[in-house]
Amino acid sequence: MHPAPSVILFTVLSGLGFGLLAFLGFGVPDVSGWVAFVFFFVAYALAVGGLMASAFHLGNPKNAIKSFSQWRSSWLSREAWLAVLGLCVMGVYAALLIFVGLRLPWIGAAGALLCVGAVFSTSMIYTQLTTVPRWHHWSTPVLFLLLSLGGGALLAGQSTLAGVLLALVGGVQAWVWWDGDQRFKRAGSTIGTATGLGDRGAVRLFEPPHTGTNYLLTEMVYVVGRKHAQKLRIIALICMSILPAVILLLLPVGHFMALLVVLMHLGGVFAARWLFFAEAEHVVGLYYDKR
Amino acid sequence: MTSLPQSTEKKLGLVIDLDTCVGCHACVTACKGWNTQNEDTPLADMDAYGSEPVGSFLNRVHSFEVQPEVGPAQTIHFPKSCLHCDDAPCVTVCPTGASYKRVEDGIVLVNEDACMGCGLCAWACPYGARELDQDAGVMKKCTLCVDRIYNETLPEEDRQPACVRTCPAGARHFGDLGDPESDVSKLVAERDGMPLMPELGTQPVNRYLPPRPKDTWEEVDVLAPLLQPVAEEPKGFLGWLDKALEKL
Repeated sequence: MHPAPSVILFTVLSGLGFGLLAFLGFGVPDVSGWVAFVFFFVAYALAVGGLMASAFHLGNPKNAIKSFSQWRSSWLSREAWLAVLGLCVMGVYAALLIFVGLRLPWIGAAGALLCVGAVFSTSMIYTQLTTVPRWHHWSTPVLFLLLSLGGGALLAGQSTLAGVLLALVGGVQAWVWWDGDQRFKRAGSTIGTATGLGDRGAVRLFEPPHTGTNYLLTEMVYVVGRKHAQKLRIIALICMSILPAVILLLLPVGHFMALLVVLMHLGGVFAARWLFFAEAEHVVGLYYDKR
Repeated sequence: MTSLPQSTEKKLGLVIDLDTCVGCHACVTACKGWNTQNEDTPLADMDAYGSEPVGSFLNRVHSFEVQPEVGPAQTIHFPKSCLHCDDAPCVTVCPTGASYKRVEDGIVLVNEDACMGCGLCAWACPYGARELDQDAGVMKKCTLCVDRIYNETLPEEDRQPACVRTCPAGARHFGDLGDPESDVSKLVAERDGMPLMPELGTQPVNRYLPPRPKDTWEEVDVLAPLLQPVAEEPKGFLGWLDKALEKL
């Protein structure tokens, strides 16, 4: 799948922002006044910034408002609702906390759950696709939620919890890569089932339908850049999970160190998310004898 | 609503004969032509006269080679367009309500006025039947020529999809696959019409008729008896010449 920068920015930043909002909603850390303002500002900048980035990959953004209409059937629509509801409810909670000094824990908890729900529905957009076997697996929402909560805990200054969650993220991510490499084969779609000719002999593409490229190939048969996948996996794992977890759990963490860990983690997540898209093989590639 | 209907009154679709398709791409051209002139936004081409032209098409012809365990390989031309699936995954993922499956005839359509061009439906389709128009920014797909098949201003013989109407080999058939008595259903029953990627559970309506078995691969040379050498050993003067030349 084509790793569109707008979608990578969106999923990474909004995941992190909603993760931090979830912690703030449950009163972790217990802040008020200007300190609370700074925490909420960071969380909103990430979540809203990410959501705005997502609009850049739309071909016809003037109809984006219509995406709230199909929540009964569409995960993308549910994501839009949960994200907006989460931001609104948390906005009420934050405004009362910052400007009135009033903490309404039930509102905070409801907002936090909506924010977690938004991340979950983002992950379900990918998980629901039977056409991309690497994504069509329960581990996709687990990884997205763990990453969001791990990053959220890190930004919320919960060193120990963040360390544990990020270590867990590393373990799950490593397994997802290992298992993910076998999912396409396990799903059972081949050039033989795609053409229905598989029981007659070995099928190969004799001639593609067009000499140039097309939307299908650039969007869903993205094979460029996979040659560095193994190196990128190691870099992503070290930056996203291993080093942050080691530092958070074993070393004393000051503000400067925390900033360093956040930047390192963010870089690692960007690399991992790039791989999430670039390594995902869509079954339509079978018609082009490519993956 | 992008929920799928429980059932549709008809199941209009195509039956494509892989035995007779000659891979001429006339259906591709006819489709592009009709859908560029109709009332929706045209099927755009980008850099059409440049070095890297890219365009939207609703129908494309792949060519495959099948190599059986014994015998010669066979080339099979393979037209591919929307299969108008009963359980169409492209419809349910749509967040705006632009994608829908019609209750009356089962055709899967995109309402371009509601599409925001997110591309998720193209990701959900296993068959590559949907292409985002790079100029209009909205999703394009086969409409089964819904603006031809019910169009009473056209002569009756033209009230079928452009690809079917134009096919010079008669490899494309259009009809109601939900009616077991229809010509297309009989054709599917007779020739074991197959769905594509059935393992994904999309329940496509369109069917492909597999190529008929070819002649067996035996060395039968009907001319051989007639081509026997008339005189195996030269005799007379030619025999003497042959021997004389051999000795030299």
